[in-house]
Parts: sequence; C-alpha cells; structure tokens
Amino acid sequence: MSAVTDAVRTAVPGGSLGQSVRDSLVVAKRNLIRMSRIPEMVIFGLIQPIMFVVLFSYVFGGSMNIGGTTDPATYREFLMAGIFAQTVTFATAGAGAGIADDMHKGLIDRFRSLPMARGAVLTGRTLADLVQTALTLFVLAIVALLVGWRTHTSAPEVLAAFGLLLLLGYAFTWVGALIGLSVRTPEAATSGGLIWLFPVTFISNAFVDSSRMTPWLQHVADWNPFSATVQACRELFGNPGVSPSDAWPMQHAVWASLIYSVVIVVLFRTLAVRKYRSASA
Amino acid sequence: MPGAIYAEGLVKTFGDVKALDGVDLDVPEGTVLGLLGPNGAGKTTTVRCLTTLLRPDRGKAFVAGIDVLKHPNEVRRSIGLSGQFAAVDEYLTGRENLHMVGQLYQMRSKLAKARAVELLEQFHLTEAADRPAKTYSGGMRRRLDLAAALVVSPPVMFMDEPTTGLDPRNRQQLWEVIKQLVSGGTTLLLTTQYLEEADHLAHDICVVDHGRVIARGTSDELKARTGGERVEVVVHDREHIATASEVLRGFGKGETTVEEHTRMLTVPVSGGAKLLAEVIRELDTRGIEIDDIGLRRPTLDDVFLSLTGHLAEQRDEENGTAADAKGHQKKKEEEAK
Repeated sequence: MSAVTDAVRTAVPGGSLGQSVRDSLVVAKRNLIRMSRIPEMVIFGLIQPIMFVVLFSYVFGGSMNIGGTTDPATYREFLMAGIFAQTVTFATAGAGAGIADDMHKGLIDRFRSLPMARGAVLTGRTLADLVQTALTLFVLAIVALLVGWRTHTSAPEVLAAFGLLLLLGYAFTWVGALIGLSVRTPEAATSGGLIWLFPVTFISNAFVDSSRMTPWLQHVADWNPFSATVQACRELFGNPGVSPSDAWPMQHAVWASLIYSVVIVVLFRTLAVRKYRSASA
Repeated sequence: MPGAIYAEGLVKTFGDVKALDGVDLDVPEGTVLGLLGPNGAGKTTTVRCLTTLLRPDRGKAFVAGIDVLKHPNEVRRSIGLSGQFAAVDEYLTGRENLHMVGQLYQMRSKLAKARAVELLEQFHLTEAADRPAKTYSGGMRRRLDLAAALVVSPPVMFMDEPTTGLDPRNRQQLWEVIKQLVSGGTTLLLTTQYLEEADHLAHDICVVDHGRVIARGTSDELKARTGGERVEVVVHDREHIATASEVLRGFGKGETTVEEHTRMLTVPVSGGAKLLAEVIRELDTRGIEIDDIGLRRPTLDDVFLSLTGHLAEQRDEENGTAADAKGHQKKKEEEAK
C-alpha cells in the first residue's frame, strides 16, 4: 500500500493544459460509460428526432410552400437541415440533467475536493454529450436518406455542414451545463433545458420559410443563431429553401454559424466554470 | 506549531443566517476530532470550509500545514473527503469509481488501477468490484465512498456524518474501518449527530451549536463537567420513597431528587460499583423492595442537554423555537462564565 501511495505523491505533475485535457478525458470516459449503461436514454434520444422527421415530412409536407412549390419531396429536403439542427440542440437537456444529477448526488462535491483541473468536470460532460450527439446525428442522417433526403454537393461540404451542426450542439451543451448547475433537481434541469429551445428552434427558418413570417418575427428568425446553422447546412448540402434575406447572418451563414457557436461556447463556458467553482448542492 | 487541522475565527453567512459564527479548531496530528451538534449547527459548513468547497467570509484555516484560502489545490492533494451522501457514480462499477478518482488525484492510470484493487480488497468489495455501484447495499456504498476518499492515503481525512442512515450492523463495521484508519496515523475530523459515535471514535470532541463551538474536551472531560456518576433507584412501593430517600442521603454527595410518579430517586455519588453494592444492602436491610437500581454515568446526551438545553436529535422539531433555544444557550454560556 505505501509503495503505491508514495509513488502517488511523486507522480503529481504540475497544473497545466495537459492536466486539463487529461482530467477532461477521464470525466468524459466516465460519462460515456454511464451512457452505455443507460441505453434507454440514448434510444429515447434517437426516437424523438426520428419521430419529428416522419411527422413533419408527412403531416406538414404537402402544405408547405418552399421556393414557390408545395411538393412534399421538396419540403423533405428543406426540412432535414432544420431537424438536424434541432436535434443537436436537444443535447442541452441531457447535459443539464446529468450535471444537476451529479450535484444532487454529491458527486460535484467529491470532484471539487479533488486536485483536478477546475473546468474538467464540465468539459468532460460536454465532450461525452458531443459523442452522443454525433451518434444521434449519424442515425438520423440514415433515416433522412430513407425518406428521400439527398445532398447535392461535394463530400467536404457535407462534412463541413455536419461539423457546424456538432459545434452548435457542443455550444448548447454549455448552456445546459450552466442550467444544470443553477437548478436544484435533475428534473428541473431537463424541463429548464428544453422549454426555451422551442421558441429558439421554431422562431427560425428550420421548419418554415421565414420570409413568410410577420416582418418583426422574420427579423428575429434571421438573426437567431440557430437559423444561421440551418441556413449554412442548406447551402452546404445544396438543399432547397435557402433564405434570400439580406440580413448579415443569412448572407454569410457559414461564418455566422461558426462565430455564434464559438461565442456561445466562450460565454457559457466562462459562466458555467465560474458557477462550478462556487457550486454547492 | 498548529495541528493537522487548524481553524481560527471561521465565519460564514448565508443571507441572514450566520452558519458559522467564529469557529476555532485545532486537531493535533494523528488524532480524531468529533464535531458534534444538531442539524443546522454548522458542522457541514465547517467541513466544507476546511475542504475548500466553501470560502469562509472571515477567519483562517490550515490543513496539513497548508493555508486553505491561499493554496486550495495544494490542500486538495492532502485530504480525503467522505460526505453525507455516498458520492459514488452508481452506474460505474466499484473498480471504475476508484480508478477514476485515482486518476483525478493525478495518479497514472496503471497506478490508479493497482490502488483500486488494494482498496477493494481492504474494504471487502472485491467480489462486487465489477458490478455497478447501483446494485450495492447502503453499507457497501458507504465503504466505496470511504475507499474513494482514501485513494491517496491522505494524511488528513474529513468525514461528514459517515454513518447517518446506516443500520446498526453496518455502522459497527464502518466504525471498525475508521478505527483501523486512525491507528495508521491519519488525522480525522468527523462530524456526527450520534453522541455514541463521537464517544466511540473521537479523542476530542467539540460541541457546536448555532455556528459556534460551545464546549470542547475529551468525552470524559465533558461528562465530568456535566456531573459525575449517580445512583438511580426505582422503589416498588410509593410509601417507601421517604425511607429510600433517607438511605440515599447517607451515601450521596449531593441532593437527592425524587420523581414521585415514576418512583425514581437519583443521587450523585462517588465510589462506583462498591458503593452501589452497599446501597443495595442497606435498602434490603430496611426492607425496601426495589424494581430497579443502577449506577449511571452521564452520557454525551446529558452533556448535550446541559450545554444546549435540547437533545441533539430534537432540533428538527424545535426549529420553530430556534430563537428560544438561542436565548437559552446564551443563558447557559453566561452561567458557564
């Protein structure tokens, strides 16, 4: 026993970026093991977007006017970027609930009493959520292909679109992390993580042509960070319904999407880590 | 040279509530301090301040000789914390939990794995090592939590109500583990609401109430302060009370108290079991039939009651009259002076 613990004392490296990365990966691994032991959560996370694809495609399909046509097949191609983007933002609730659960069970206290990098508990969680988001997106893309969605551009452009989607999802899990640290129960984190996503994802170009909205609402939709990613994906996939709006984020959707996501990460990571440092269950 | 755990004038306020109102502690290396007090007395807040989880508004704190406020991360390397809830990841196995904690203590992965094996063995969890902690019993989870706190064999340990909610058998087991640990030279600060637990495990005891240390000393010292041993007699016949009282007066060091309705007489004595035998003989000679007799030493419950005016467990029901209790406590403090 003492041989091991003596080695511990001497094996302590300095607090550095390397330590941050290592600690984050340890926590990410822990969260991934957890997720693999609660497969029903991953499965429900898949069913919901698949249901949305089917419902929106077939219920709304014939009634939506996209670029002057109400052809259901056109709407399906239009819809997928929106569903993809909405799906990645729903990771917010998972991250929030997970962190609230850790607080509730005293695990955050344990982590905070360990000599580990300060942001690692949250970074580890968001990284694990990113893996889950990527998996969900993969399955969803297959379902989308089955209902008739196609891309009409080069592979790098398609991959870039998925990259932007993952970045958006990652950014939103940091919002979830802050929510998880701010509420008392995992249940509150789940509903608190979802409620505001409905206006954010619906007052956008995700499901309808935003140029048909009331002008002020269209304005909100055009500047909504969420719309920028949807617009960027439509451009990169070569899907119909790209908004002709002259608002800056609509004109430079790829850049806008990138900038918005990075700003959200920086802002909410800062707030969440600060909150973590003073967190108490 | 201050002790392994040292605090001076810790103050922490939450809104209007003064959770800590000037707590001083000094725990010599290799000893166990029991922090005793009712719910809401400030025990947990004290532990949170000393383990870097909470920053006190005022005061100084040193753990293992390191300034807690200036070098919190250095302190974290030298402490183990086992909290009120078994803080283990229930979806991870016992082995995975310990491996993770080891790595977060900055051990190399391989070393952390080896240490996990040792600890699982030590805490009798080897058989359950590869089952998710969710399937563990309450006692097993506590043991795993404690093992996690011991991954680096920290010189200073904090345990916040380690046995709360455990059944008596599991409590006994955990006590044995704690005793072993302390015999290895670890300094331990233990909070508890169970007076028996403090009596059993702690070298020194600090009684806290309303965010202050209201008494400190060894268990024996605290008991001696409350008063020495007493003889308690329950007579069979109400008519014999007067005679019995007369007998006891002959042996007692102080006034005999009589409770008419329970037919119980109590008198402070010195002389232990030998004296008790004499009392029994004398009562017998006088033909007084007794239902019960005993030599009673003060328990920590008596200590607590006399110090705070309420029992440790009673606080929950008394929350409504906390102001009264505080008034009472002040009175007691004045009396003590």
